[in-house]
Amino acid sequence: MIASLLSADFPRSRILAVALLAVFAGLALAPFLFPGTRPLDVAAKVCVFILLVASYDLLLGYTGIVSFAHTMFFGIGGYGVAIALSRMEVGWGAIAVGTAAAVLLSLALSFLIGLFSLRVKAIFFAMITLAVASFFAILASQLSNVTGGEDGITFRVPELLRPAYRVLEQPLLGVTVGGRFVTYYLVFGASLVLFVALLRVVNSPFGRVLQAIRENEFRAEALGYRIVVYRTLANCLGALVATLAGVLYALWLRYTGPNTTLDFAIMIDILLMVVIGGMGTMYGAVIGATIFVVAQNYLQEAMKAVSGALKGVPVLPDLFHPDRWLLWFGVLFVLSVYYFPAGIVGQLRARAALKK
Amino acid sequence: MAGQHPVLETRGLTIRFGGHVAVDAVSCRFEPGTLTAIVGPNGAGKTTYFNLISGQLPASDGQVLLYGEDVTRDAAPVRTRKGMGRAFQLTNLFPNLTVLENVRLAVQARTGLGLNLASMWGSHVELVERAENCLARVALAERRHMLASALSHGDQRKLEVAILLALEPEIFMFDEPTAGMSVDEVPVILDLIHEIKAGKDKTILLVEHKMDVVRSLADRIIVLHQGQLVADGEPAKVIASPVVQEAYLGVSPAGSASG
Repeated sequence: MIASLLSADFPRSRILAVALLAVFAGLALAPFLFPGTRPLDVAAKVCVFILLVASYDLLLGYTGIVSFAHTMFFGIGGYGVAIALSRMEVGWGAIAVGTAAAVLLSLALSFLIGLFSLRVKAIFFAMITLAVASFFAILASQLSNVTGGEDGITFRVPELLRPAYRVLEQPLLGVTVGGRFVTYYLVFGASLVLFVALLRVVNSPFGRVLQAIRENEFRAEALGYRIVVYRTLANCLGALVATLAGVLYALWLRYTGPNTTLDFAIMIDILLMVVIGGMGTMYGAVIGATIFVVAQNYLQEAMKAVSGALKGVPVLPDLFHPDRWLLWFGVLFVLSVYYFPAGIVGQLRARAALKK
Repeated sequence: MAGQHPVLETRGLTIRFGGHVAVDAVSCRFEPGTLTAIVGPNGAGKTTYFNLISGQLPASDGQVLLYGEDVTRDAAPVRTRKGMGRAFQLTNLFPNLTVLENVRLAVQARTGLGLNLASMWGSHVELVERAENCLARVALAERRHMLASALSHGDQRKLEVAILLALEPEIFMFDEPTAGMSVDEVPVILDLIHEIKAGKDKTILLVEHKMDVVRSLADRIIVLHQGQLVADGEPAKVIASPVVQEAYLGVSPAGSASG
């Protein structure tokens, strides 16, 4: 049962297994464990980013495709539901239409990008995706009558998902069971299902061919695999999941704008999360996204506390000023890449394998 | 299966790199059940000729025919699916996958299962068995869970051959299969080639430097020298011919052949 759910791809490290269970439990019980608006926001973002990063890992870690267009697909999902919900009658129908349209657009675009440029060398492919993604970001900010421009789109969601809605009159274990509660579990459940599906894909016969292409493209071709087909399919799958992640994120925020989806900074974040977690492991997405998103949200507060405690000492309070959080974040990143070149998951697995 | 067509034929096969003609109008036919050794000095164009046949390089001129069908424009994967199998001279593996996975990928390539996204890799027992069978034939079965990159050079060469076996080709192309192997490892590979040959229905092409290997295995030898086919025939005759003495062994008898 568990083997089938995980597609026989086990953590293969006790520490990793414990960490994954902790993340899973934390996210599954987030509304009960971390009451309050902000922690739940962070938990939902972690769910969405685990999914987004895992779908990117399918490309980067498993197939060896360097793409900078992942946030574009994320954005297409977000804008898809946002436009549908703001133009059509608010309801599940609008979500379905917006999602379907977004998925179709993403599949068409990823297919085209794939066909156009997967035949060229990796660096040119990366440049092409960068160009297309930049073009799309500019388009989204310029077509302000459709996309709301730089302001983005704030929209209403179906009643069941609205914060004011109550499912149960009485709080459950001290937690209000309302629209946010329902939305959170929608995000969590969908992310979980899609993550498990991705785990299956990378451990399927198809997934092994992707790894073969990453390892030795020339040889994979000599065995009779048409690598353009495999890469294009991987590209489309990655885009599909990124689009769905965008839909989930938009539903959670009830807002879609350039800053939450298309920003190049988010692309960099995704890259960092994959690398910190460990490329080509899927579980790396869980670890990387969790650490990253939590640090992004709480490092500033931790630093505020440190800075306050150091009041009176020269220089140091300035160094730990919350505004410097990005500096420290950068230091953390450099250290993690230096000490965990294979990512956290890769390192943990290597250690576990040595002990055997 | 072959009809009146040879299994494999090259007609005027040529490739030019800039001004340099690496393979120069080589025409040759290959019949099933025979092992043809391709010999020649370093840089004679043997591996390039292989690359042209199996589709790793595009021909500048000439044709490659498989059962009489022109496959010159077909890409390498298409030719592989039509029955060509190639073991590479420089070991060409998937280094961070296990030995078994390397072979399994080759077994799978013949099944069309590669586009199956929903099943578990390990659940296709029959493919695993076929892969393990191939590994057993090159005496690598007990190393199947090691990463390919962790194998010794000789074992990597054996794995290369196991991958070729797994492809179950009609045409086996070996490019110096025993190069760099220790003396005690060589017989495994040579016995295997013998075994394939004994089946009588496969076509085998072998690029080899070691003359004793060529003598013991080949039904026919062709000699390439500076990209041209300079001799073709029974091993004993070809080896004795003045053309080969000059081209291959560097001896230069009077009235030497064209270069």
